[in-house]
Amino acid sequence: MIKIDKRAASALIWLLLLTMPYWLVWVHGYTALGTRVMVLSLAAMSLNFLLGFTGVLSFGHAAYFGLGVYGMGLTIKYLLPSTLAGMAVGVLAGFVAAAIIGALIVRLRGVYFAMVTIAFGQVFYFIAYRWNNVTGGDDGLSGWRRVPIDLGFTRVDILGNDKALYYLVLLCFAVAVTIMWALLGSPFGRTLLAIRENERRARFLGIPVDRHIWLSWVISCTFCSLAGTLYALLNNFADPHDLRWDQSGDFVIMAVLGGMRSFWGPLIGAAIFVVLQDYVSSQTQNWMSIIGLFFVLVVLFFPRGVLGILRRESAR
Amino acid sequence: MSLLRVESVSRRFGNLVAVDTVSMVVEPGELRAVIGPNGAGKTTFFNLISGFLKPTAGRIRFRDEDVTDVMPAKRVWLGMARTFQVTEIFPELSVGENLRIAVEVAAGYRLRPWVGRDADAALRARIDELLAMAKIADKRHRLAGELSHGDQRATEIMMALALKPQLLLLDEPTAGMGDQETYDITQLIRSLHRDHKLSIVLIEHDMRVVFHLADRIMVLAEGRMLAEGTPAEIAANEAVQAAYLGKAA
Repeated sequence: MIKIDKRAASALIWLLLLTMPYWLVWVHGYTALGTRVMVLSLAAMSLNFLLGFTGVLSFGHAAYFGLGVYGMGLTIKYLLPSTLAGMAVGVLAGFVAAAIIGALIVRLRGVYFAMVTIAFGQVFYFIAYRWNNVTGGDDGLSGWRRVPIDLGFTRVDILGNDKALYYLVLLCFAVAVTIMWALLGSPFGRTLLAIRENERRARFLGIPVDRHIWLSWVISCTFCSLAGTLYALLNNFADPHDLRWDQSGDFVIMAVLGGMRSFWGPLIGAAIFVVLQDYVSSQTQNWMSIIGLFFVLVVLFFPRGVLGILRRESAR
Repeated sequence: MSLLRVESVSRRFGNLVAVDTVSMVVEPGELRAVIGPNGAGKTTFFNLISGFLKPTAGRIRFRDEDVTDVMPAKRVWLGMARTFQVTEIFPELSVGENLRIAVEVAAGYRLRPWVGRDADAALRARIDELLAMAKIADKRHRLAGELSHGDQRATEIMMALALKPQLLLLDEPTAGMGDQETYDITQLIRSLHRDHKLSIVLIEHDMRVVFHLADRIMVLAEGRMLAEGTPAEIAANEAVQAAYLGKAA
């Protein structure tokens, strides 16, 4: 294989994403499937900012994703019929929750950290699950729909036009991903790599490790809740399962499947996950066992994920 | 003003007293060696100075400031840098990136989301300077984890040096090295001390290295200070000879 030029690869990815609604139909896809890939990719890439580039495993990112989902749903249903307001509320909710919870747990490491992120995540799940008259409980929050965005000079009809919704999601994805990409190439981003590589050395270089992990956690969770708000728009629905720990597990699977050491890995992982889910679930109810098997094979034989394989081949 | 003043520090682990009321004063520009048989408490003593462990008794002053309860990162900000017995670097990053992180943190950029062009040029110049000093410039693009033991150690020392410390703490810098590597590292430490006037405290097993480098030597045995003096005084000290020979016998 020819050596992959990083810039060319990035340009190719952006080009494919920009044109996705048009080429998806050739491969028997549909626009909403592409939108789903983008939303879940954003969530998985946000998680990977923490997992792959700070070396901290969270099993509770669904909580912040779900806060985005419910922030959007509740805002449009009860507060203000505005998509942008829903986004602001969802992201703010995720940010505040992450900032507070992060401050409580940032001293923990490894399995202990992961366990506590699950525990806090389940708290939000049970609130959504039990608080029937506001959140709709186990039935989820329905009876609301995404609202076209009025920009004054023009109206973006994300309700009636699938492609408009896709491009709104792509715009949010692009902004979030560009910020994360820029951060990872900055001195701050390199302190995160330092923590991932060797926490003791990082500490004795004078990096206040806990504070930097907290920052990485808050950035990661906030972008994950942005993904949550978009997910609510896509489904016109808020499902309590979006908050649950198995949803967090799906994000981890996407990141690891695609390759958690590579920036674009989780995008590939999410695409594989969503497409397999879409295709296999039409054949059998047990689609998760197929994904599970695929995941096990990748982890056993290609611990660096799908992108890791490509990269190793290209390095030869 | 003394650079480092360790006042009767002790450290217990349960019933074991790893370090028992040890005091030490290091003057600016001094190269001090800490030696002693295995299990003498040298590394624990070092961990107390650098803040990796807290003493159960005693005080530590650095540049006239009481740092006994100050966290490691802040001791680094005050001008204390260290290396470890088992080299601690960033194995999956290149040598250049290892140094870049250290240089950026030293420049106070650790929270910056971007670097300007001028600042970037200054950082690069500093990295080049450090690479040249350790004679590892040809390895800057190699992954640090793939280097020889000696080059990894040199990288670690340069990362510590990038912080422009007032005091450099080296925990067995030549541990596990061959003759040539030991010689190279010894030369590097000597040049840091002689040419860059750096104050250094080092733990060392290799007596050739110690007597070659140190201005003063402190001997620990079973957690206590056995002797302190110039290399000549220590070589002539009967208690020290007994401690080492006694262990050997």
